[in-house]
Amino acid sequence: MPNNFDESAFDATRRKLLKVLSASPLVGMSSLALAQQFPTAKVNTTGLAVTDTEVTVGQLHSATGTMAISETGSIQAEQLAIDQINAMGGILGRKIKVIKEDGASDWPTFAEKAKKLLVNDRVASVYGCWTSASRKAVLPIFEKENGLLYYPTMYEGLEQSMNVIYTGQEAVQQILWSLDWANKEKKAKTYYLVGSDYIWPRTSHKIARKHIEKKLGGKVVGEEYYPLGHTNFNSMINKIKAAKPDCIYAIVVGGSNVAFYKQLKAAGVTGDKQFLLTISVTEDEVLGIGGENFAGFYSACHYFQSIDNPNNKKFVAAFKAKYGADAVVGDVTQNAYLGPWLWKFAVEKAGTFDVTKVSAACGGIEFKDAPMGYTRIHNTNRHLWSKAIIGQGQTDGQFKIAAISPELVEPDPFPKGYQ
Amino acid sequence: MTFSEMLNIGLMQGFSGLSLFAVLLLMGLGLAIIFGQMGVINMAHGEFMTIGAYTIYVSSRVVELHMPALLPYYFPIAILVAFVLAFVAGWALEWTVIRHLYKRPLDTLLATWGVSLGMQQVFRSTFGGKEVSGTLPDWIMGSLTPVEGLDIPINGLFVMGLTIAVTGCVIMALNHSRWGLRVRATVANRPMANATGINTRKTDRLTFAIGSGIAGIAGAAFTTIGSTGPTSGSLYIVDSFLVVTFGGTANLFGTVISAFLIAQTQAISEFFMDGSNGRVLTYSSIVLILMFRPQGLFASKVRR
Repeated sequence: MPNNFDESAFDATRRKLLKVLSASPLVGMSSLALAQQFPTAKVNTTGLAVTDTEVTVGQLHSATGTMAISETGSIQAEQLAIDQINAMGGILGRKIKVIKEDGASDWPTFAEKAKKLLVNDRVASVYGCWTSASRKAVLPIFEKENGLLYYPTMYEGLEQSMNVIYTGQEAVQQILWSLDWANKEKKAKTYYLVGSDYIWPRTSHKIARKHIEKKLGGKVVGEEYYPLGHTNFNSMINKIKAAKPDCIYAIVVGGSNVAFYKQLKAAGVTGDKQFLLTISVTEDEVLGIGGENFAGFYSACHYFQSIDNPNNKKFVAAFKAKYGADAVVGDVTQNAYLGPWLWKFAVEKAGTFDVTKVSAACGGIEFKDAPMGYTRIHNTNRHLWSKAIIGQGQTDGQFKIAAISPELVEPDPFPKGYQ
Repeated sequence: MTFSEMLNIGLMQGFSGLSLFAVLLLMGLGLAIIFGQMGVINMAHGEFMTIGAYTIYVSSRVVELHMPALLPYYFPIAILVAFVLAFVAGWALEWTVIRHLYKRPLDTLLATWGVSLGMQQVFRSTFGGKEVSGTLPDWIMGSLTPVEGLDIPINGLFVMGLTIAVTGCVIMALNHSRWGLRVRATVANRPMANATGINTRKTDRLTFAIGSGIAGIAGAAFTTIGSTGPTSGSLYIVDSFLVVTFGGTANLFGTVISAFLIAQTQAISEFFMDGSNGRVLTYSSIVLILMFRPQGLFASKVRR
């Protein structure tokens, strides 16, 4: 869907906001005074849950069920961002209140709870979902009830909506640059593609195969998929040994991920002997895999806990202060943290909580203090511009940054020539 | 590819079939006792395995913090602890829930499924939703390389050894101990066993607890090849039932043969086709065979 919204209609509001901001700097201005600048009747014309002192948002993740393993980090990061925003005085003088709903790893439940948040609770924005299946389940509801969803996970692309901001990398962004790097720096010519059997690995491998064969002049010597929850990879490892690829390109997820890396190590396939690149392992996954079992392998994301910049140091320190010194921050956790901040900036740019206007204001929103360094919402496709980063696993479960793309990589959810 | 490389791959592939056989057998063994001998459809079998997995995690943390020098040796002891903990949990479950349901075998399915969900939530509340990984001794996580290009996973060897030991013990116990005699008598004819003075309730409780304890051992051993998380057990439950049902309930020998056949079919089909398709082939052959032999490969002739 192209961004056909006429921004000029809101120039007046924005100019007013700018005037307010320049006349009285936000620092030192009480939230009460700020709230009076933006009377509820003006900033909430569609009956959202916004009062003179409070704005309600929703959080929709799996706190129970099989996906709770992955979604816990996102829930924590979103809460941290909201706490920090509230400590700074909230948004337009209003504190954020969160209604937490549990999607329970069950897609119809996600749809039901999304409806509840939008229709009954009238929340101004929602932070949630993790799997593509849950996002696909709630998308029609967000479009029908006009909600705004911030979705944190890296995913397969092929989607764009005025009602969703995608803070994770879509497939092209995550794959192409990392393959170019593998080809150039690691001289990888032959690739073995392995994945769990569902839409994200399959779509991603399709893109990877096209890129390897058409652009890099390389060869795919094997491509295979294993059911989710598969725990025995010995036969596949033997096949890889027989094929002797320069690069194993892996997108295995969940409990299978742990089994895959433990068995690779036990079969003598270790980082010093074999080049392996994955897009499905972050610090969170390494907790389960064990740092010693992933050491030496490479992961391509747009954030690692070990990125060296002042924003990230502050963020990691705040996260550990809240959730314990042992807590780790993975790519998706960071993406979830971006959500409430990006919404705050869009609301302040629009000068209102009305979903249509906020959504229209999202294009071009910048987050200069993002832990990943810097990011900006794409004007039309509503994914994030971000630098691609490749990290090498260390025995302590952290990643050593091996390469960072010099420029921001443009998100391209509908890549031409890769379909 | 040279001949020696092909030989190496062939040897490693043969080993991976055997190691999968050991995994499946160890998975199914506890269930074979509970489901096979007692007729209880224990859906919480996977969670008893998870108890074992978390036992390894906790032991490794404790050893790491308090006596790091023992790190290379704690593993076998932790496996025994896993047996004891799962044994106790099984004993408690039999006493609170299962013993009321012996006359309604299908209801055990629902009840134990509920128990399994409850246990998953307990794990989640205690250890957090994320997967964890205990520090395993270095000696277990590498590979033996007798010649260049031939890597034999040590964790596979370990699981194999453990499976042989546990299976041996169970078969010995069933056939040569007083407990085994009572179990066989109870399975063959419960009222008659009762009449001859066998306390069948006590036998049941002990049998259930032993089956659970073996699940604990399996779960502990599988930390070397798989994940430790609140729902890890659910990864094993389907395969466990498959092994036991296919082999024919009430027959341990059947369980062994069935684990071997399933493992070989799966390992070979995975080598020559995609993992997902390999699974399809394995499952369809099992379904086909069960259509002609609903009682499984081996069935003992008993009056139920």
